Amino acid sequence: MSKFNVLQHELVPEHHLISKEEEDKVLKELEITRDLLPKISRSDPAIKALEEIHGPLESGRIIKIIRKSPTTGYSVYYRVIADEVFK
Amino acid sequence: MNEGISKRINRIQFALLSPEEIRKMSQVKVITADTYDDDGYPIERGLMDLHMGVIEPGLKCATCGGKVDECPGHFGHIELAMPVVHVGFIKEIKSFLDACCGVCGRIKLTEQEMGDYRVKLTEESISNSEPEHFALMSKKVTDLASERLVCPHCGAQLKKVILDKPTTFREEGIKVTPKEIRERLERVPDSDLIFFGLNPEVARPEWMILTVLPVPPINVRPSITLETGERSEDDLTHKLVDIIRISQRLRESRDNGSPQLIIEDLWDLLQFHVTTYFDNQTAGIPPARHRSGRALKTLVQRLKGKEGRFRSNLSGKRVNFSARTVISPEPFLSVNEVGVPEKAARELTVPVSVNVFNIEETRALVKRGPEPRDEFGKYVAGTNYVIRPDGRRMKVTPQNAEENSTRIEPGWTVERQLQEGDIVLFNRQPSLHRMSMMGHSVRILDGQTFRFNLADCTPYNADFDGDEMNMHIVQKEEARAEARIIMKVQEQIMSPRFGGPIIGGIHDHVTSLFLLTHGNPLFSEEETIHILSYVEIDHLPEPEIVDGKKYYHGRDIFSLILPPGINLKFRSKLCAGAGEKCEYENDPEDKDVLIIDGKLLHGTIDDAAIGAFSGAIIDRIFRSFGPKETARFIDRMTKLAVGFISFRGFSTGISDYDLPESAIERINEIAEDAIKKINKLIEIYRAGELQSLPGRSIEDTLEIEILSAAGSARDESGKIASQFLGLNDPSVIMARSGARAKMLNISEVAGMVGQQSVRGGRINRGYYGRTLPHFEVNDIGAMSRGFVQSSYKEGLSPIEYFMHSIGGREGLVDIAVRTSRSGYMQRRLINAFEDLKVDEERMVRDTVGSIVQFKYGEDGVDPTRSDHGDTVDIDQIAFDIKQGAKK
Repeated sequence: MSKFNVLQHELVPEHHLISKEEEDKVLKELEITRDLLPKISRSDPAIKALEEIHGPLESGRIIKIIRKSPTTGYSVYYRVIADEVFK
Repeated sequence: MNEGISKRINRIQFALLSPEEIRKMSQVKVITADTYDDDGYPIERGLMDLHMGVIEPGLKCATCGGKVDECPGHFGHIELAMPVVHVGFIKEIKSFLDACCGVCGRIKLTEQEMGDYRVKLTEESISNSEPEHFALMSKKVTDLASERLVCPHCGAQLKKVILDKPTTFREEGIKVTPKEIRERLERVPDSDLIFFGLNPEVARPEWMILTVLPVPPINVRPSITLETGERSEDDLTHKLVDIIRISQRLRESRDNGSPQLIIEDLWDLLQFHVTTYFDNQTAGIPPARHRSGRALKTLVQRLKGKEGRFRSNLSGKRVNFSARTVISPEPFLSVNEVGVPEKAARELTVPVSVNVFNIEETRALVKRGPEPRDEFGKYVAGTNYVIRPDGRRMKVTPQNAEENSTRIEPGWTVERQLQEGDIVLFNRQPSLHRMSMMGHSVRILDGQTFRFNLADCTPYNADFDGDEMNMHIVQKEEARAEARIIMKVQEQIMSPRFGGPIIGGIHDHVTSLFLLTHGNPLFSEEETIHILSYVEIDHLPEPEIVDGKKYYHGRDIFSLILPPGINLKFRSKLCAGAGEKCEYENDPEDKDVLIIDGKLLHGTIDDAAIGAFSGAIIDRIFRSFGPKETARFIDRMTKLAVGFISFRGFSTGISDYDLPESAIERINEIAEDAIKKINKLIEIYRAGELQSLPGRSIEDTLEIEILSAAGSARDESGKIASQFLGLNDPSVIMARSGARAKMLNISEVAGMVGQQSVRGGRINRGYYGRTLPHFEVNDIGAMSRGFVQSSYKEGLSPIEYFMHSIGGREGLVDIAVRTSRSGYMQRRLINAFEDLKVDEERMVRDTVGSIVQFKYGEDGVDPTRSDHGDTVDIDQIAFDIKQGAKK
């Protein structure tokens, strides 16, 4: 049986790795530094799934998450890959 | 992003106080157990020695020379005759005794193991990972060492040390004295301490055995002088007296060679006193008591629990400029106001800083003194204190008022008493949402209670059965501005919970306006003027002339308080769910409330129009005309409602539920039929012929069928009851208009109470196989399982009454459990969210600046400004435009 890709699941929002240029654009737009972005653990299943596509991701890369929202239809969220998020 | 943060905590180090350090920080060696001499002067080298600080005015500290408020207090020390164990470190001492060799003092690990673990633990302590990891690893190592019975270093055969709670250690039944323990701990080399998580530079294990006891400064344990002139010492001082006494006796006995038994007894006693000095609730020893029998409050008790230093003093703050009293209603106040009793107003003050522009007024203010009244004896704000630029405050008395008024200059501050129009914060606990604390403007009233408009009961969740509320006087200009602009009641009309009004008409307001507008009754000119005398109006509506006399319609009277220009159409509560024509309205048009340009044309005003939580008119006015106009509407609406209902009169009673004989018979029939049906179901079930519902057992199916039979019997009887009780019945008016109670409650009173339940099923507990001894075992009939066929009015039979009490008790228990649990949950949520903030870009951030949400609620919409959560109400805009075009 092939391994299940969590990103395919209906309840998992879309995760996208964004390019370095785009990262700078996002940070500039939000007028923010990288360390203030919400974090995502590199052991998160979604990151592992992304690594299958893009190869190993170093911490500090920004992930764009597109979620379904009951109020706006879709909402965009950014997370930065971190080594350790919570215990 | 980190502006304003000058320092950040990098690490915290915990250490032990060594005996040398205790002596070094001590200012005096306390040797006498006495406190004061006969003249009331502190005895030298006693527990109240002046070297440890002063608490009496006039005396000077012997250490720093400071007076009462200047000296911070200094430690002293007691030299204990014999060492004793510190209760707080029992666990640590035990682990040392277990893991170390009693002979050579080394930890019972081989050189190999020591090397391995030392590297691991050092790594762990250097890396910034969780301290718990280190603790876990250290535990593993010491556990390994504890299991060895032969020392790998000196080869000594060791015995197991058993802790005899709370403070005694035994080795094969023989007591190990604290002295012996201390000697063993001294032998543990510095290099072995890392395995226990101790840093030898700041902590040695033998310091956990006390030889010297620090005596806290007098400021920590002040004595109080009672009115009788008697001195009463603090609990800590009492405990220290005991310790010194026993220590002295122990020293004497030891020095003059008393029998070992006596010395040991005294030693144990000393241990007891030192233990209770730290913690008077140690398991296994009786708490030390005061002469009156009250347990002493010692060090641990000062800190621990709800009444301890942390939760009571550090997390909880007490404030000045506040008042608390019973609340009562006052329908003639605005929702924005609060009635303050004179007594409170005289005590509470607002600081006014004197400057060149207001010096004349403030002089006049001070000149009035502390208790001024006008020529009618009415309250006028006076002055309680004047504060000099250097901070000295002087009380204003009738005698010195004149003089003080000439003394004040720009730069002084005058503490003025509360006056009408001042903004204050008004609060009722539990403060569960932001509407629990709102800004009100002050009205000084007679009496002893706080009073406010009944519409404010909903946000505060207040009633007047003895509730008390708190009031806070805002002291700064910025705070006053904030209170006025964002906290005032009118700004809080919209709830952020559901985007609708939370302030609106309640109970009688709803009933009254229902009666005023339902069926659009006519009122004579005198009646109309009387009703409208409660509301300020500038004109009467268009009259209808009947037989040459002027009459006015109820809806026209209501229209007077609507703002001109409002257009609105919505379904009234009365006609909710009605089809083409509403059964309660004669005119089919009246099923919807229609308001065009501030005139009520059709429909009945009820809960759906002006009620708290639902009021469509309030909602509309707030969105189209803003908070001020809404507050004005609510004020006038409540006044009109109170005026009308007190003019018309409204009363309810048991006769509301009188049914004709025939109806009662039919209800009884329904009950009998239900019981028969239930019996039949049971018969079928006993015969084994019951068809089970999908996914249910036969037993479950039977219960479900019985419940539905009982339920439909109650509904049927309710239907019959409401057939005979129409809209001329006060109880029905209240239920249909949404003022209070539901139709269900009415059918319970007039028709049938119905099946009682526990946890959603029929009552099924008590004795073996039956609920009461009145029934046979395994009787699962209607009566034995809590079916109540009587009505409240008719009265319940004893068995029915008992069953009803079972059901009622469940409700009470549920409420008690729910409130405490949801309260804790809410506390946790509030603590987690308390420092989140929405910034200018509508981003949600914490205090560090880290982002939590990129847009508040993903759409950046403020729920209080939304249409019940939606961004815009297109239909309403279209309706407004249509009405505008028609005009």
